[in-house]
Amino acid sequence: MHPWLSALLGGVLIGVSATLLLWLNGRIAGISGIAFGLLQRSGMGEWAWRIAFLGGLMIAGGIALHVIGQSALSPARWPVLVVAGLIVGYGTSLGGGCTSGHGVCGIGRLSKRSIVATIVFVATAMATVYVVRHVVPGGVA
Amino acid sequence: MKRILAAGFAGAVFGIGLAISGMTDPNVVLGFLDVAGAWDPSLAFVMLGAVATTTLLFRLVLRRGRPVFDPDFHFSMSRALDRRLVVGAGAFGVGWGLSGYCPGPVLVGAAAGAWTALVFVPAMLAGAWLQRRMTRVASMTPGRGQTE
Repeated sequence: MHPWLSALLGGVLIGVSATLLLWLNGRIAGISGIAFGLLQRSGMGEWAWRIAFLGGLMIAGGIALHVIGQSALSPARWPVLVVAGLIVGYGTSLGGGCTSGHGVCGIGRLSKRSIVATIVFVATAMATVYVVRHVVPGGVA
Repeated sequence: MKRILAAGFAGAVFGIGLAISGMTDPNVVLGFLDVAGAWDPSLAFVMLGAVATTTLLFRLVLRRGRPVFDPDFHFSMSRALDRRLVVGAGAFGVGWGLSGYCPGPVLVGAAAGAWTALVFVPAMLAGAWLQRRMTRVASMTPGRGQTE
């Protein structure tokens, strides 16, 4: 399959998943929100659906990745990965969402906050890649 | 129980979608973000497919008034375009650009055993934990605007 076509198909599946979660459970399929919700004290019911969603995501996604035979390795070195991980966790928690919560679901319900957030994180990500790949000699990642 | 099964099923569809889309490969993501290099537009097609689907179908779902297995829809009620939103999103983008990982794909990568994802995930959880702890100390209003 052409990579653009599989990208489109995968995107539609992500949209269908987000629709299912909203239609059945009334929840936004934002991965950072679902995962980090586990970090705070909440009832058993809250905990269970979050674990179920993330379990389904990791098991089915992990198997699919093996079947397709695609790499999930980042080119970044480990100290950069640690710093990037901390920033992603901190930033998505502070900003109330990531690529899925703001980008896919937020835009889907035409939330102005999510549209602004998506423009901002795509812009800073592009600027970061520009600096890492084209400004820093040798690259930091 | 129905709610748990529904969440598990939706999660599985999400994970398969991420794997098929190519977004679980940080090199594909970085190829999209590298506008000054050999630009790879794949990620734009992922967003297009996903956003077109949610924009179309969310409208039908929200028209129902309530979800099937829950009395209410759970949204962030915050409407403000405040500093938290912009600083948080801006920081997230920097980390995303450094690694090529965002929260969904990196969890799939970790499940598939990619060592770089296994390094990233604990750091990401620590970052979120730190943010939540600092907010709790600063304002005593935990969870504000953090439903997504």
